[in-house]
Amino acid sequence: MKRYQNLLLLAAVVVLVVLPLMLVQKPEPAPGQKEVEIFTGADDQAKNLVSQIQPNYKPWFEPLLEPPSDEIASLLFSLQAALGAGFLGYWLGSSVTKAKAKRMS
Amino acid sequence: MHIMEGFLPASHCVGWGLASLPFVGYGVRVVQKIIREKPQQRMLLGVATAFTFVLSALKMPSVTGSCSHPTGTGLGAILFGPVVMAPIGLVVLFFQALLLAHGGLTTLGANVFSMAIVGPFAAYGIFRLSENLGLSFGVSVFLAAALADLMTYVTTSIQLALAFPDPVGGFWGSFAKFAGIFAITQIPLAISEGLLTVVVFNALKKFNYQELREMKVMQGQEGRAQEVRA
Repeated sequence: MKRYQNLLLLAAVVVLVVLPLMLVQKPEPAPGQKEVEIFTGADDQAKNLVSQIQPNYKPWFEPLLEPPSDEIASLLFSLQAALGAGFLGYWLGSSVTKAKAKRMS
Repeated sequence: MHIMEGFLPASHCVGWGLASLPFVGYGVRVVQKIIREKPQQRMLLGVATAFTFVLSALKMPSVTGSCSHPTGTGLGAILFGPVVMAPIGLVVLFFQALLLAHGGLTTLGANVFSMAIVGPFAAYGIFRLSENLGLSFGVSVFLAAALADLMTYVTTSIQLALAFPDPVGGFWGSFAKFAGIFAITQIPLAISEGLLTVVVFNALKKFNYQELREMKVMQGQEGRAQEVRA
């Protein structure tokens, strides 16, 4: 159990990510309506809810820079993840090597 | 948990900003002190930062049919205490607000408060409580990271409900609606964050055991047992 613990934990995360993709079905659009989008961002939904609760509310500040397209946005998000993952990989790699060197000596 | 640019009244922006400021200021001093006095812990500080970078960039699908992202702040809070995560969270949120139009500069104070202050304090408190209740190290880490993630999103819901109370249901009516979007969506993601934090701690226990003892993260039964073995 202990030996496979990390693998099991990671498998559970994969299941938690994949299950919603299988469980949530796209509802049929009502006739004449445009297609229903699923898996949109919760932040955007909250933004829309604000407009529902207070239809008169006008956001009083605009983002200074906006990614010109969704592709560019995902580029920047993956850059952020890559920076983090790169460092974690460096730490893990150097730790394994250090532990190995200690065992050898 | 990102409140979008311009989507909080100015007075709320200032209020949350002022509330976050002392935590960030004190956090910067603690980080400087760690770098100066305990240079051997710099690597772990990097691990805590990197973990937040990765997790807050991952938008994951949830059973509610919408997407959201974990926060990754529990790890650093358990390692270094909660206040260290305030400046680290600020860096991440600032990057996303400036370059990604995700969150905002005006709402930065509110977003720092939920992700980089409430979350880490919740993680630290729950971790210490679980340890004192005699739960195993792994379970304590899981609970701390998962519930901290969830508390961040509950805080965002409170912030939005305070700013936009429902015309009929008032604060609570509005809170229920925002929590319906944020907190429910977040439950499977919070579990994922808890599991991933345990994976990283398993590696930390293996490779950075000495540091964990120094930082008093490992004590209690399990800590002693490992020491005997070593």
